[in-house]
Order: sequence, then C-alpha cells, then structure tokens
Amino acid sequence: MRHLMSPLDFSTEELDKLFDLANDIEHNPEKYAHACDGKILATCFYEPSTRTRLSFESAMTRLGGRVIGFSDAASSSASKGESVSDTIRIISCYSDICAMRHPKEGAPMVAAEKSWIPVINAGDGGHQHPTQTLTDLLTIRSIRGKLDNFTIGLCGDLKFGRTVHSLINALVRYSNIRFIFISPEELKVPDYITDMLREKDIPYEEVIRLEDVMPHLDILYMTRVQKERFFNEEDYVRLKDFYILNTVKMALAKKDMLVLHPLPRVNEISVEVDEDPRAAYFRQAQYGVYVRMALILTLLELA
Amino acid sequence: MLNVGKIEEGFVLDHIAAGKSLSIYEHLQLDKLDCTVAIIKNARSNKKGKKDILKVECDINTLDLDVLAYIDHNITVNVIKNGEIVEKKDLVLPKQIKNVIRCHNPRCITSIEQELPHIFYLADPEKEIYRCKYCEEKYTEGAK
Repeated sequence: MRHLMSPLDFSTEELDKLFDLANDIEHNPEKYAHACDGKILATCFYEPSTRTRLSFESAMTRLGGRVIGFSDAASSSASKGESVSDTIRIISCYSDICAMRHPKEGAPMVAAEKSWIPVINAGDGGHQHPTQTLTDLLTIRSIRGKLDNFTIGLCGDLKFGRTVHSLINALVRYSNIRFIFISPEELKVPDYITDMLREKDIPYEEVIRLEDVMPHLDILYMTRVQKERFFNEEDYVRLKDFYILNTVKMALAKKDMLVLHPLPRVNEISVEVDEDPRAAYFRQAQYGVYVRMALILTLLELA
Repeated sequence: MLNVGKIEEGFVLDHIAAGKSLSIYEHLQLDKLDCTVAIIKNARSNKKGKKDILKVECDINTLDLDVLAYIDHNITVNVIKNGEIVEKKDLVLPKQIKNVIRCHNPRCITSIEQELPHIFYLADPEKEIYRCKYCEEKYTEGAK
C-alpha cells in the first residue's frame, strides 16, 4: 500500500505513468466513469480549503465513487481532543482512501503510519502540498508536451510560498531547466534552495522586476505578494506593481509562454490577462481534478 | 586519587567532555538498567585537562551506543569482556534518533499528538544535520 506525502515520493518514471493516465482520463472520461464504483474517499480537512477539498470530491465523484468527510476541525472529533492516529484508524474502517489537510506539519504522515488505507497529503501547514505540485507538473507537461528544456520564472512571495519550493524541488529532477526568481528583496527564495541549485549546477538568477525578464520566460508561475509580508508600507507601495501581471507586461513575453498560478488570485494577475491564450491558470485547476483522479486510481491499485 | 575497580563485562566510555557524563547517563537510560554504573567526573586528562568517564557493568548487547555519536564523537568506547578491552568502538552518526532530541517547531504535529515519538533522521552526514521526520525542520541546538 502506498501513500502520497511529498511530490518526491514518486520517481519521474512513476510520475510519467501517472500523467499518462491523467491525460487518458482527460480525453476519455467515460472510460473511467465507473472505475471507483463502490469505493469511498474520506476528505479529512482539519482546516478549511474549499478548492482542494472540492477538487478531491469532484475527482472521486467523476470516477463513480462516493465521498464522506469533514471540512474543518470543529466538526470533527479533533475538537474533542482525539489524536490523528486514532481518527485515521476509525476513518480506515469507513473508507477506502483518505485525503487529509491539517494545519500541523507532518500530520498526514502520522496518519499514514497508522492507516490501513492509502493517505494523500492534501496540505500540511507550510510543509507540503504534493497534489498542487502534481497539478503544476501535469499542466506544464500537457500543454508543452514535456517537462524538460525550459526557463521558468517564479514570481512573487518566494520566501514563504510552499507551492514554489515544492515545484522547484520537483523540477530539478528534469534536465535543462533554468530558473528565474522574481521577487522583492524581503521575499527572496530561501538560501537552502539556492544552495541546492548551486550544488546540482542548475542555472538560476534572481531579479527584482518582472519586466526585465519577461522575454526570456517559457513559463511564468505567479504567486501572491501579501502586504503583511513587507516590513513597511512604503516598500509595499513602491514594489507591488512590479508583481502585478497585466497586458503591458504580457506584450513583452514569448507568444507561447504559459502563465500558471496556484490560485486563489487576488490582484496579482489583472483580469484582462484571463482572455490571453497564454493564461493557463484555469486550465490548471481542471488538470488538478485529472491528476487527483489518476492518483486515486493509482493508490487504490485500480489503474 | 580516586580508584574505581575494573569491570568484568560492559563498557568504559572515556574522554567524555567534563561535566557531560550525567547527560549521557540519561540518554543511555542507565537509570532503567539494573547494573553497576560508575560516574567519574573531572578526571585528569592529558589531552583535555579534565574529562568524565562512565563505567557500565552490563551485558555488552544491552546498550545501543549509536546515540553517543550524536552527543559527542570524541567519546572513546571500550568494550570489556573478562576484564579486558576486547574492542574499541568507532562511533558512527546514527541514521535515525528517537526521543533523544525534541522538535521545536510549534507547527509540527509532534507538538500536539499524544505520545508521538520525536524521531529525527540524518539529512546531511557531512554537516551533521538532523531533520524531524514529520515536519523536516532542521534541528538546532539553541532553539529550545
């Protein structure tokens, strides 16, 4: 029995198989409409995350399975003080597979250690959110046709953004990837990431302004720059426009550049960009369902 | 000069940094063993000036000494059988240590989950970095 705790739990070969399956689901959904008949997914969400939870629920429902669960800790027995270890043993009796979101880092791993059913980490604090990374990888692979030989710009809060760290760690396993980090000084990518890139001899550069690098990018991964991350209001006001993507900046980009965003967006991508064919962030949400469908089938050994 | 007699079977842990013997006594959980233990503090040392020594009379298979490498590699472990030193053990950093150090990350599940052991794995043997198995936070000595 396998679980998914980190995007690196799967080798690149295993990921290729998973993504092939996701693409087959995308093109032949009817073939999979009853693949999980009689199976139950438990969504154990100890903190609210409507998008991720609905994506899992949609994935299981599209496979013909059913979903049970809770959407915040207050409506679970955690509010009575039950441990994660005990809860998962009970959930194992009620369902066939579990997706767990928890504010404490490592909680899904504790669950996996005690569980009799596969556990998927659906986000644990600032630690891991592997299905987001799988979604990002599937989106790039499906639209570009490959996961190597490109320049990716990661823009916004690169210091605290766990989706960014996770994506970088997943992409370094592919060949000829070049990273450009676009962020204010305060929100630069952590040293352990740049140390790792230098150690692996992977090219990267760090810049402050998005405009300066737009023409070089094959993929632009946007994230939100939150006001509260800045030390002072002046810096925020001075810098915030650097990180807002609009049609003026898009005009500088390659014709086939892809714009990705883990969503939700606040104002870092102007709505005028939504109509641009290079804006892939809503398609990315769709790929999120396909990759979760493929993951459920794989972990239930039904693929 | 204080004299402590020879032991027949067990370990002599020599060159312990002066004053550290009690912490090693705790880490090895010697209080739970029904055996003779001599703790010698501030013994004279040619190399260090002062050192601590622990003599433990026990079956040589009863103690897991890997944890000593984490605490201090400079400790010399002499294995004693029939009153003689039969082996000088090299200390190797353990791949995993359990309930020796605690995760200080307040966001880690170990901070709330009942009776969950604190397990660290050796993430970088060269830099001697241990990370929490659950949250992967690096262990730093001062962050207590």
